[in-house]
Amino acid sequence: MDNNEDYNKNLLEFERKIEAEEKIEPRDWMPDEYRQHLIRQMSQHAHSEVIGMQPEGNWVNRAPSLRSKKILIAKIQDEGGHGLYLYSAAETLGVSRDQFVKWLHEGKAKYSSIFNYPTLSWADIGAIGWLVDGAAIVNQVSLCRTSYGPYSRAMVRICKEESFHQRQGYEIMCDMMNGTEDQRKMAQDAMNRWWWPSLMMFGPTDNDSPNSQRAMKWKIKRESNDKLRQKFIYKTVGQAEFIGLTVPDPDLNWNEEAQHYDFGEIDWNEFYEVIKGRGPCNKQRLETHIKSHQEGEWVRDTAREYNRLKQEVKKELV
Amino acid sequence: MSNQTEKGELWEVFLQSKSGLAFKHAGSVHGSDAEIALQNARDVYTRRNEAVGLWIVPSDQIAAAPSDSDSFFDPADDKVYRHPTFYNVPDGVKHM
Repeated sequence: MDNNEDYNKNLLEFERKIEAEEKIEPRDWMPDEYRQHLIRQMSQHAHSEVIGMQPEGNWVNRAPSLRSKKILIAKIQDEGGHGLYLYSAAETLGVSRDQFVKWLHEGKAKYSSIFNYPTLSWADIGAIGWLVDGAAIVNQVSLCRTSYGPYSRAMVRICKEESFHQRQGYEIMCDMMNGTEDQRKMAQDAMNRWWWPSLMMFGPTDNDSPNSQRAMKWKIKRESNDKLRQKFIYKTVGQAEFIGLTVPDPDLNWNEEAQHYDFGEIDWNEFYEVIKGRGPCNKQRLETHIKSHQEGEWVRDTAREYNRLKQEVKKELV
Repeated sequence: MSNQTEKGELWEVFLQSKSGLAFKHAGSVHGSDAEIALQNARDVYTRRNEAVGLWIVPSDQIAAAPSDSDSFFDPADDKVYRHPTFYNVPDGVKHM
């Protein structure tokens, strides 16, 4: 009985904080479901940053100029950094980074489906920066107001850095649209392949998103999937038209009354197929991550051994 | 080098000024243990409601970059392309 009373008292205080827009900090009491939701969402977010380095890494050696190569490397480095911000925020929930990586390798943790698509041409690097990072920005700006303190602070830090990512992507698209006929075709082809998967990044429609409601109630999420998707479309369509790219959706129409774009049906079958592991690159992405993790073992071993020897020398000197 | 003085150990103090903000370094206090040092830190640094959160860390547990750290930070000096202002966005493009 006492336990139950304690739980209810804690829950009331927790809900008061959420209601008052106060952040929850690692040492505060939180319902187990809140903690579990954050562990899932934040680790998935961290994995996405790290796995996201692969499709871009594919073009480092083939970047068309030294300038673009340096930029691409800097962007990939940022993605790795974003993964680290997020892992460190997620670790405040009492799960170690080793465990997060283990769950990823065992297929128990997911990452954003978008990174299971291949990067076939240089224009894809432009499309990723502009569309994929553009969609991520819409999501992450909203998450700056999430109720969990460490997650919110990581999001603020990440958002500050994302702006360069989107601009460099759009610059690539601009350059290609101002280039030769072949380059314009290449840019449009990238647009055609990345548009729909970018819309899928926001997740299922609100009616089909079972975890969303509780996450909204506890202010882990601040805006619904559909609302965020709509925001992204609103921001992006004009940018596409400005440089002469066509959005590959015949049903896309400005709805004056609703003040938003109506758009065509997303292929949810494709979305769920990719989530279930049957996307074009799922197997390759995970295998690459596991392989490079294993190949890095000697670095971790060496660091441990170096530290052990240093302690030994210290002891001898005392 | 010992952290121990006759006033107790030295602790570095970090304050969170508002719910959700990051903790920031405020200064240091002495205290014979964490409990005493926390109370001292409260009395020294938060007399005017400056904080909703307070951390203390033993000073000798903090590792720092070299104080003459120009070369330590210089890898970022020649990477102007990490800033959004480096990129050309045509006039008239919105929401970027």
